[in-house]
Amino acid sequence: MEFEWIKIPYALLTLFIVVNFGLILTALIAKIAARVGRRHGIPIYQNYIDLIKNYGLRSSITHGVMFYLGPVFRLSGGVGLLLFVPTIFGSEMFSNFSFAGDLILALYFVFFGTLGMALGAAESGHPYAAIGITRGLSQVTAAELPFALAVFAVALQYQTLSITDIVAAQQGGMMNWTVFTNPFAVAAAMLSFLGSMMRPPFDVVLAPQEIPIGPPTEYHSSYLALMQTNRALFPIAKIVVYMNLFFGGAASWPIFFLKVFLIYMVSVFVGVVFPRFRVEQSIRWFLIWAVPLGIIAVVLV
Amino acid sequence: MKEELQKRIVKGPDGIEFEVEPMRDYFCEAPPTVMPAAYSKIVENLFNWARSESIWILGFGTGCGAIEMRPLMTPRFDAYRYGVQWRPTPRQANLFVISGYLSTKTLKRAIRAYEQMQNPKYVVGLGSCTINGGMYWDSYNTIKRLDQYLPVDLYITGCMPRPEALLQGFEDLKKVIKAGKAEGANDYAENFEWYKANQKQVIHDWDMPDYNW
Repeated sequence: MEFEWIKIPYALLTLFIVVNFGLILTALIAKIAARVGRRHGIPIYQNYIDLIKNYGLRSSITHGVMFYLGPVFRLSGGVGLLLFVPTIFGSEMFSNFSFAGDLILALYFVFFGTLGMALGAAESGHPYAAIGITRGLSQVTAAELPFALAVFAVALQYQTLSITDIVAAQQGGMMNWTVFTNPFAVAAAMLSFLGSMMRPPFDVVLAPQEIPIGPPTEYHSSYLALMQTNRALFPIAKIVVYMNLFFGGAASWPIFFLKVFLIYMVSVFVGVVFPRFRVEQSIRWFLIWAVPLGIIAVVLV
Repeated sequence: MKEELQKRIVKGPDGIEFEVEPMRDYFCEAPPTVMPAAYSKIVENLFNWARSESIWILGFGTGCGAIEMRPLMTPRFDAYRYGVQWRPTPRQANLFVISGYLSTKTLKRAIRAYEQMQNPKYVVGLGSCTINGGMYWDSYNTIKRLDQYLPVDLYITGCMPRPEALLQGFEDLKKVIKAGKAEGANDYAENFEWYKANQKQVIHDWDMPDYNW
């Protein structure tokens, strides 16, 4: 298998487009939530200004090697998740590095960022960061379980582990999407999606009204800027995986933007209505409601 | 000083006894240094513009003026459209609003929070108590001039100023930052001994390191 060097600029271009889209989309969602609350909210370009400010801080405190590597792991998890799945189906320029078996790699990268952050936050030595990490890891583990079951069900259904093949099998009309051919798997995966987007009712980990901001308590200046870049990139990358597996993929950039926006709004619609769960309540919720759906999906396939 | 901060002999988990002096061993003893601006003027102007448009306030209401900060988070006054956010931890904040009177007890905690913030950082004094002692001008327990203990960039007068006055104050602070004149952290590092002597004169139960990194 030879490596084509032209893929590197294409991958960087995809990364550039998706990071900008993520920064603007996050601000747009905040603005929609603000307008619903009868106020104006942040400007659309506020995320860029925050990033420039954080990169431009003159001093920073480090707590050791793992503290420094925490945001690096998190950002590499986001970048890896994006680059190893096909972003635009059928386009040679934007298929990135997807290959047969990249479904398992996508599952790995979804969890990798949280682990990196756990190690970094533990080294920071702040007790609030430690509490935030125990909450975050337990919640993400419980939320990952129905997603893994749904992924197995989809892989069994399409008899392949390559995301490109799964997207190819869903072309040719809306009724071919997995959401209509395998609804239990998609239901389990969407419930898990609510958990991993870290919005209410599952945002006890990162909410500023809880322990001061949880795992990123000690992170500041460039470290925080790296994590904010990841926070713009990682949800989009995860939604790209969801879109490819369950909603038919995207064959062009406008459809990509529209589908990502709509799937993101699913978590926002749920988020603005419900209050927060405690961690044990959310774990119990996943185990009672989402995991049986995933098990039914695997059994029925 | 608290008992856990005294010098003592500790027995480790493997049975070896060693002496620990918490004030020296657990904290960094280096004084703050002056951090110069970026090497090129156009880069520093860009950074100052970004710092002014994205002010992150430390969520620490030190006095009665905090009641005027809270309405800014509500839809009526909405400080978020000016780029102002509240952060719960001093590591991520770059503006510290001393809202109202500052008792010596709060001054010790305010110093601890201020020194943990990263350079460049700004201090705004809210209300007349920070200027000349205000209503508590003859109290034994409050400080009368904030400028002697922390470097202040802007004062917002009033007792208490209305939230609209705070918003106007933030706009003036943005002008000060964009002009490059808000170098409070570097002033603090340059006149560190003077500030520290003033602080230790009023705080009698000092049990922190000299600079809380």
